[in-house]
Amino acid sequence: MTLPSQAFQDDSLDFKELKFFPDLPKRYKIDSVFKFASWAAVVIALSVLSILLIEVAIDGLSMINWQFLTSYPSRKPADAGILSPIVGTIWVMVLVALFSFPIGVGAGIFLEEFIADSFLENVIEVNIANLAAVPSIIYGLLGLQVFVRWLFPLTQGRTIISGALTLTLLVLPIIIIATREALRAVPGSMRQAGFALGATRWQVVRDIVFPQALPGILTGTILALSRGIGETAPLITIGALTYVAFLPPLSLEGLHSTFSVLPIQIFNWVSRPQQEFHLLAAGAIIVLMVLLLAMNGIAIYLRNRFQITR
Amino acid sequence: MAFNSSSVTMTEVVLSLRKLNVFYGSSLAVRDVNIDIPPNQVVAFIGPSGCGKSTVLRCLNRMNDLIPSARVEGQIFYHGKDIYDKVVDPVDLRRRIGMVFQKPNPFPKSIYDNIAFGARINGYKGDMDELVETSLRKAALWDEVKDQLKKSGLALSGGQQQRLCIARAIALQPDVILMDEPCSALDPISTLKVEDLIHELEAQYTIVIVTHNMQQASRVSDYTAFFNAEPTEKGGKVGYLVEYDKTDKIFNSPQEQATQEYVSGRFG
Repeated sequence: MTLPSQAFQDDSLDFKELKFFPDLPKRYKIDSVFKFASWAAVVIALSVLSILLIEVAIDGLSMINWQFLTSYPSRKPADAGILSPIVGTIWVMVLVALFSFPIGVGAGIFLEEFIADSFLENVIEVNIANLAAVPSIIYGLLGLQVFVRWLFPLTQGRTIISGALTLTLLVLPIIIIATREALRAVPGSMRQAGFALGATRWQVVRDIVFPQALPGILTGTILALSRGIGETAPLITIGALTYVAFLPPLSLEGLHSTFSVLPIQIFNWVSRPQQEFHLLAAGAIIVLMVLLLAMNGIAIYLRNRFQITR
Repeated sequence: MAFNSSSVTMTEVVLSLRKLNVFYGSSLAVRDVNIDIPPNQVVAFIGPSGCGKSTVLRCLNRMNDLIPSARVEGQIFYHGKDIYDKVVDPVDLRRRIGMVFQKPNPFPKSIYDNIAFGARINGYKGDMDELVETSLRKAALWDEVKDQLKKSGLALSGGQQQRLCIARAIALQPDVILMDEPCSALDPISTLKVEDLIHELEAQYTIVIVTHNMQQASRVSDYTAFFNAEPTEKGGKVGYLVEYDKTDKIFNSPQEQATQEYVSGRFG
């Protein structure tokens, strides 16, 4: 048996010539070039975003006041407000959350915990990935046909519930994918431990895997919802209105109200020729952005809240 | 295979493996294993990597069922009943045949809940506090954790975590405890504590332990099964049982050349 030290004395392995060319200065230079390049990428991304935000803030901040937040849209810019779009957005998002969370998380659990690695799972997985990439206007067309027309007796046409169901379809693939990622991040040893203690699959999922995956699932869900909150195209397709001068009653009746949402109101105002409406749009964009940031903030809070302390 | 029935005479058998073949997909992983495991004894499975000792162990509580491609031929009798029979429910079986894994895997719950979990899901109706205390005492962990039962199981040291996992298995009042290299992730002192614990548990439980460490096998076990692997034509490896006998015979006067070479450290 040759020990490593003896191997060096072997003629064939003798390091007679030094064939390494370390050239450290050059390698460090490449390091700094790449460091700078990635730093530049961050700066470009952030500066575009900040220019956008500053632009909007300059135009819109002066518009935001109590009257703006509590008035209905109007033909006269001075009287116009965003009360009904704000309320519409909240209605729609709450409903989307109520519909999409149980369905999306349920589907994710089924795919990841019950039929993982089967042929069926592969087929469904490919389809869900495709669905997540479908342009949102296609969901609008689907919603128009299915929820507005076919399910008219249930939805009463172009109503809050139709809009919410359409957006639910839109965010479901994202929630399912996020749920699966979160479940996949739970170590297999946790499942094994559960099964070895005589737990059934559902008990393992409910008591061990799901609690550990919950922070990730919540984060994914809220990020999916924040995509939904900004969607305009599918809601225009199903025929959300731009002038709504009432608030839906806070009851089941409310589900059958016609509605508007912030992105649609913004879209409407921006496409008008008068400068005053453009300022109103900027104001509405700020409000939408605040809602969005609030949702992301909740996501972060929930993640930290449910994060299992080690 | 030398199954020397004259030296291993057993009147009572807890687990009995008969012509066990295990497949992953179409490839045979372990072939023709015959072992009888007597009650209240420690049986060690030793052998080089890839010889299928863990695979066989995981057949004993049907944990291999969880791997979709795994398939078992032959029989494993548990108190005379074939556990691969259709009428046997693996969930019920796993309550009676507990398992401790290679890497300590306590749940990210409190120490108390780690123990109580198995009891709760299996419909335990007795005094939970008492069960938790008894289990922790049996696992020689009570004195170290009695004041911090609400603390996360993950806050314990590696050796304590492994004893927590043993306590968790004991809480279900099993009959057999399977241990899959329980000390391989532990330091020598923690290893010693777990080995002492195995000696104490032997009085009440039948223990089957897979180990890479031959000294450990000779220290803790009463019987030893030596597995080896041989190459197949397809380029894979298939494991088989070389010899199964009382531990001192395996280590001092084995019948097979391969066993002799392995236990004397000449290969593996």
